[in-house]
Amino acid sequence: MNSISIANTGSVSNEQITRDLLPSKFGKRGWIWISVLVLLCLIGAFAYYRQLAYGLVVTNMRDYVSWGIYISNFVFFVAISLVGSLITAVFRLTNAKWATPLTRIAEIIAVSAIVFASLIIIVDMGRPERMLYLFTYGRIQSPIIWDVIVIGTYFVISLLLLYLPLLPDFKILINSKGPAILKKLYRFQGSFWKGTIEQIKISEKAINILCIAIIPVAFSIHTVTSWLFATTYRPGWDSTNFGAYFISGAFLVGSGGVVIAMYVFRKYYHLEKYLTEMHFEKMGRVVVLLSLLYLYFNINEYMVPAFKMKKPEQAHLEALFTGEFAIIFWFAIVVGMIIPIIILLFKKGRRPLPMFIAGIMIVAGAWFKRYIIVTPTLLHPFLPMSDVPVSYHHYFPSWEEWAIAIGSLSGALLVITFFARIYPIIPIQETITERHENNEEQ
Amino acid sequence: MESKNTSRREFLTASLIASAGVAGCGNKHNAFTPDSEVIPSGEKVKLLSVDGEVIEVDRAFLKPIPDLPVISNSEERKGIAGKKFVMVIDLSRCKNLKKCQEACNHMHFVQPGQSWIKVHSMQDAEHSAPYWQPTTCMHCDEPPCVKVCPVDATFKRQDGIVAIDSDRCIGCRFCMAACPYSTRVFNWETPILPDEVAKQHYSCETSVPQKRGTVGKCDFCPDMVRKGALPHCVSACPNGVFMFGDMNEDSVTNGAETFRFSDLIKDKSGYRLMEDLGTRPSVYYLPPVNRNFPYESGLENQKPNDREQH
Repeated sequence: MNSISIANTGSVSNEQITRDLLPSKFGKRGWIWISVLVLLCLIGAFAYYRQLAYGLVVTNMRDYVSWGIYISNFVFFVAISLVGSLITAVFRLTNAKWATPLTRIAEIIAVSAIVFASLIIIVDMGRPERMLYLFTYGRIQSPIIWDVIVIGTYFVISLLLLYLPLLPDFKILINSKGPAILKKLYRFQGSFWKGTIEQIKISEKAINILCIAIIPVAFSIHTVTSWLFATTYRPGWDSTNFGAYFISGAFLVGSGGVVIAMYVFRKYYHLEKYLTEMHFEKMGRVVVLLSLLYLYFNINEYMVPAFKMKKPEQAHLEALFTGEFAIIFWFAIVVGMIIPIIILLFKKGRRPLPMFIAGIMIVAGAWFKRYIIVTPTLLHPFLPMSDVPVSYHHYFPSWEEWAIAIGSLSGALLVITFFARIYPIIPIQETITERHENNEEQ
Repeated sequence: MESKNTSRREFLTASLIASAGVAGCGNKHNAFTPDSEVIPSGEKVKLLSVDGEVIEVDRAFLKPIPDLPVISNSEERKGIAGKKFVMVIDLSRCKNLKKCQEACNHMHFVQPGQSWIKVHSMQDAEHSAPYWQPTTCMHCDEPPCVKVCPVDATFKRQDGIVAIDSDRCIGCRFCMAACPYSTRVFNWETPILPDEVAKQHYSCETSVPQKRGTVGKCDFCPDMVRKGALPHCVSACPNGVFMFGDMNEDSVTNGAETFRFSDLIKDKSGYRLMEDLGTRPSVYYLPPVNRNFPYESGLENQKPNDREQH
């Protein structure tokens, strides 16, 4: 595989690489895509306005299901953001050079997901105007405070890991043709970068430190998020396995997201020379490994309690396996894990299009999986649900909840889309340098 | 400027004396702050100060203060010194009349559809006898809700009560997820309250007025205890199911009868709910043996949609 990519590089000049990878204007399809996303965001904003005006009563959450799709959407965002640390840091530290063109895609997914994770958690608050109480009255023994701390840290490190590798590209961007306003932005963000040996040294060192630092922080954000559930007594949440279970699922959904983004960017910007079949092939192997790992944790998570069938667990597990939530539960397992594993085990399955389809299955399965983790547990409390209206016994999100959840997903996509318009989605300077190195080796 | 300061000082002294016994109040809505300048009338009134001195104050300074917080927020958070409140619920006396629930909902302005006290129809095993089990907040000594609250909006007081500060609550609902007894309710919309109630300062001891976007629950009615009265559920129950008291005094009462708490628990094999979770509740149950009423007599009060599930 490596020999193919090296053979390709010989024929491509630096100017050609720069021309191919510079951000370009949106075409017709691009504008339609953006309009749809903006529309969805506006509908979400209107739904949130209604929620602010009337209270959380516009949702269908009630005293038993007190956490709904806002929280499962939050967990989804935190999960998908973990891929930044995997591809940028883990692959870099293990010298997996092939992943260089994917780093920026992974990092912008991480940054936009973490931003919308924070927003969606504010949406879930009954008193968003008291958000600052988290800092003025914060109590360190609450896992929510741990989450605030680690998510804040993760956001800063991810932003730096997005920004520092961009510095060499700013020089190219400033010298390229483009709208004056973008030039101004590039100059503001990166005109101090001269590309001297000293600067490169500092930048390399900083990136290495950040890559090491981000790994424990990434593990923390999702472990702590899993503890929001695992620190309670409830059936389905009361598990010592939750941290590892959540992290493996997070790496899976993030990698699925990267595969989708790779396919779309490759098609839309004609990046076949840079996001090659080799990249899909290798990502396919990563994804199949992660799917198997997540499947393993799922079997662990459901098989062991099902074997014992403790009384409080029983109603919950039956609702998942054969009851009210069976369709979503099995969708998440079969479509979100088993079918992608089958597709990706075959070499033909690791080509771009089947990978793209498997990626969509993984991400959709993962979203519903988070729903399955949050809601069914709340509908199976220890004491019976007595003396409450019938509507408290069930949960199906209201249109406002759907609109806000979909709006937040659209918002994250919009951030990624605009990022790709403004900045090169594949690092230009790094691509040039690596190809030179490869040529010299040749 | 000078005269204004003097007048303010005079006022403060006067009202401090006039409301002797008042421990203090919240800093923001200081009840001692005059609404307007007071012109002395010249007519003096004799008052007894806290030190037992007879003092004279101008009548113009004597004003009834509307909505005076009876005790300060920090006092409410500390609780009543030397007390350790405990409740005993005698399941052999309950017939699901729900008078406890009615009184509690009424006195705390709990919103339609919600209740802080729930009466569950329980049946522990297929062939075991069903019984009625009222549940309040358990006021646990190891409260899972307090552990998870990120902003100290729900807290444990020295007298054992777990209370909520609705002026602090951010509405994250982590406490609701953490509570294994599902005792907490949320104000999903602006509570429907009489105007004069809605205008009051929130008190952690009365849990009134409830506020939109915050959590509410049973508070063991410490305001009633301060008045020397029993919690509303205790006095409302015609069958004497609820007994309330102080662990330190080792006595509990339902109004009509008083028991030595330790004897009652020993003689009738009292127990607590979900002991295995380690939450250490302050509410004890007496098992449903030698019952005053058959289980069936409570069925008429059961909500139709509660009948199917067990």
